[in-house]
Amino acid sequence: MSAPSNFDEFLDGIWKQNPIFIMVLGMCPTLAVTVSAVNAISMGLATTFVLGASCLLVSILRNAIPKQVRIASYIVIIATFVTVVDYAIQAISLDLYEALGAYIKLIVANCILLGRAEAHAAKNPPLPATFNAIGMGLGFTLGLFMIGCVREILGAGKLFGVSLFGAHFQPWVVMVLPPGGFFVLGGWLIVFAAYQQISVKRNKQMERSQP
Amino acid sequence: MNNDTVANILLTTILPGNFVLAMFLGMCPFLGVSQKLSTAVPMGIATAFVILVASISAYFLNMLLVHFHLEFLSVITFITVIACAVQLVEMFVKKTFPELFRQLGIYLPLITTNCAVLGVALFQTARNYNFTQSLAYSIGGGIGFTLALILMAGLREKMQLSNVPTLVQGAAISVILGGLLSLSFMGFSGIGGGE
Repeated sequence: MSAPSNFDEFLDGIWKQNPIFIMVLGMCPTLAVTVSAVNAISMGLATTFVLGASCLLVSILRNAIPKQVRIASYIVIIATFVTVVDYAIQAISLDLYEALGAYIKLIVANCILLGRAEAHAAKNPPLPATFNAIGMGLGFTLGLFMIGCVREILGAGKLFGVSLFGAHFQPWVVMVLPPGGFFVLGGWLIVFAAYQQISVKRNKQMERSQP
Repeated sequence: MNNDTVANILLTTILPGNFVLAMFLGMCPFLGVSQKLSTAVPMGIATAFVILVASISAYFLNMLLVHFHLEFLSVITFITVIACAVQLVEMFVKKTFPELFRQLGIYLPLITTNCAVLGVALFQTARNYNFTQSLAYSIGGGIGFTLALILMAGLREKMQLSNVPTLVQGAAISVILGGLLSLSFMGFSGIGGGE
């Protein structure tokens, strides 16, 4: 079997191993900041940057870091990039910074980052590691966006701040409150599980039809 | 300076502002270790302890950082201190309760990446709590986290006996259960003066 190409590594994270829907990692920001689509996307992109940059650095340093202190080293690397992002967002948009609040700094504690650094970047050369990390990050962004859209449409009747249903729409307030986050995520998880079941069935049928 | 009373902070963080159910901090262990009551309780207590240690050290660290105008290092220093505290707890549990250590498995070192721990350190700094307020915040947070974990474990133990459709088994049903729990905790809003 040949090694997967960089492009495959990239696609893996977006769909097949989507961090939110398949691996169920990084739940804290997933539920906390997805009140609106804009917040969700910016959170996702911030995480993607941190993920890509820290995986690149971890991968470059993978032979230099002693095994006993690797987790601590990874965390310090991640924390450095999170600080960079934190200050960058503060400089770019103060509104966004206030909307996301402490959750930008909490990217440090996102399981996806440490998980990727430990499971992939520490074992692979820089280029595939970075591609994989960016793919994962975009998969995370996609997941956040899908949750954020549903919550904003149902909870506020808007998408990207544009009103969708006119004045008579009665917003479904619970969707922008904490329980709504759980419900929407649960709903998407069911959709993904159903999709997987169907594709497994289809594969079996194809095998049967081509003996 | 923040003027919330200690009792107010304590009540708010346990019930209406529960870390897990209202602020989504510490979701990984909440979904990961809540299968059995027997592991949920020690996990909750271990996390509560780490939260307390992290909060106290973060308070003094922050004083130091502010004094030297090094606030931009806060994330890095907090997470390092937390990692050390977790290491301490891990060694303690391994030595005194080896059986429990095996049950908790990977989730024990993962307390480091528990958002609740870092969250306490960051939120208490952001809200300008003084020492007693931070103490109340961290103790309340720890109790609230343990409470949520125990409630969830109780629900999931019950669920093992019920007939769940294959489609929603696993993560989906746990997340929806968490949603229902969160919905019921919304009933507490108003206690302690709210957020």
